Amino acid sequence: MSFDKILGLGQTALELGLVNGLTVLALFLSYSMLNVCDLSTDGCFTLGAVVGTLVAIAGHPWLSLPAAMLAGMASGFLTATLQMRMGVQSLLAGIVVNTALYSVNMALAGNKATLTMNKTTTVFTMDKSLLKDTSFSGQYILLVALIAVALVILFLCFFLRTRLGLSIRATGSNADMVRSSSINPSFTTTVGLCISNAFTALSGCLMAQQQKNYDVNMGSGMVTVALASLLIGGVFFGKHRSIPLRAVGAVLGAFLFRVVYALALRLDMPAFMLKAVSSVIVVLAISGPYLRKQFPILWKQVPLLWQRPGERREG
Amino acid sequence: MLKLEHVTKTFNPGTVDEKVALNDVTLHIREGDFVSIIGANGAGKSTLFNAICGSFFVDKGSIFLAGRDVTMMPEHQRARQIGRLFQDPMRGSAPDMSIEENLYLAAGSGSWLTRITAADKRSFREKLSLLGMGLEDRMKQPVGLLSGGQRQALTLLMATYHVPKVLLLDEHTAALDPGTAEKVLKLTRNIVEDNHITCLMITHNMQSALALGNRTLMMDQGRVIYDVTGQERSRLTIHDLTDKFRQASGHVLDNDRMLLGVGAHPHAQSAGQTEPNEE
Repeated sequence: MSFDKILGLGQTALELGLVNGLTVLALFLSYSMLNVCDLSTDGCFTLGAVVGTLVAIAGHPWLSLPAAMLAGMASGFLTATLQMRMGVQSLLAGIVVNTALYSVNMALAGNKATLTMNKTTTVFTMDKSLLKDTSFSGQYILLVALIAVALVILFLCFFLRTRLGLSIRATGSNADMVRSSSINPSFTTTVGLCISNAFTALSGCLMAQQQKNYDVNMGSGMVTVALASLLIGGVFFGKHRSIPLRAVGAVLGAFLFRVVYALALRLDMPAFMLKAVSSVIVVLAISGPYLRKQFPILWKQVPLLWQRPGERREG
Repeated sequence: MLKLEHVTKTFNPGTVDEKVALNDVTLHIREGDFVSIIGANGAGKSTLFNAICGSFFVDKGSIFLAGRDVTMMPEHQRARQIGRLFQDPMRGSAPDMSIEENLYLAAGSGSWLTRITAADKRSFREKLSLLGMGLEDRMKQPVGLLSGGQRQALTLLMATYHVPKVLLLDEHTAALDPGTAEKVLKLTRNIVEDNHITCLMITHNMQSALALGNRTLMMDQGRVIYDVTGQERSRLTIHDLTDKFRQASGHVLDNDRMLLGVGAHPHAQSAGQTEPNEE
């Protein structure tokens, strides 16, 4: 493999990592901070993609970004309302919204499963023409993705230190304490999910525009992929680091995930294995610490396997 | 300051698990009262606190706080005027957040988008130093690293940061070792006295039930069965309390910890007699 090729692969991994990184940052807010596992992520990612695509096709590439984010917020609001005010369990609320979003996405795309943007002006094509004669002309995707990620990280760093941001963190850490500080946990959860889903939708919107293609299934499995990235990032910048570092770690995780994935593809792993790989990573990252703690007990139980019940004697 | 009128709460109504947790409780707590509450397990002490806080809405009756009817007010809205500490020191603060971030939420002033200022930090420092636990030098550390006693002291500070109309202490020293428990109890007393806070304290320690405060309630099966204050209370011994319980409820006080509390200290009775006079 030539050096150029490695560089090219690295750049692709970085581009995809950064665009996916927005979803990882969304989960950083909902999963790590708010302690809610938001299973509507898949549908919301696709929702952002379809809304962004439609607005871009209609001729408003810049407007597509806030439009996608607004749609994401609405989806987050719905998930939060279901679980905080209508008694639906947190996980189920996400799944229900996710399922419903499939119909919404199909309806929005006019009963089409795919939309192409080959001749559409997107934020990426605009950026491309902007950088046409500079030495960065090959990095136009990177630039847009980098700016988006940087803005989201900056926002999170600022936001999570405000009173509202602290309340959201406290809701994930100890909801009782939030209530006794005269703050309504339903409110903080709703705000948190609205913001995180806005980022997820933005991520989907950029992904569709970058690939010049929207597919109704493009978000499927996204929650596991993003969770895997988040947990990989946590290996480098774990729970006891500062918020900015952890946010950067989340994006770094997304990038590393893409690198591993690209390498696996080079080794002739079929592309459809991506989701199995991400599932295994999530399971390893979550159950690893648990199993490590259990291991001494399991080890002691091994000799028992050779004994029949009632055979165990003293000494 | 705090008035409960005919408050009734039944859990699991209409099932085999039906339990009348509060049975027509009428209670009037005056401003500045420090009330200790004793009773067997399941007598309704914590349920009484939950009713006052709004953890659930009561079936019947009304609750007035500082002249205002709060019966149907949601928990987080009442919390502005009520401070509460639980037996579990972990319940009052967020472990993943630093001391100053926890305090900032308790201080709770300003709009949603304000951030901790240098002035906030100075005032946190000042208040933390009053605890005498060295927490003022650890303000950036996550609360999860603190010991149980330190966390309970921090929770006390958070609960009284804005002087509450009423402070509810639910066996808040029971999970601490004796030395730490005494320290936290002393802090509680100082803060309550300095700020003239109306206070209700559930305790299993009959000695401190008589030693602390100016009024003692005894609860059984969801009712207040004995309410003592003034001269009568200052003459009371722990032995009298267990007798009263038997008379009023018709059965023996069957709380291990309380009975052990009597048995374990041979001098508990005399201590119970002398301490109220020191008040």
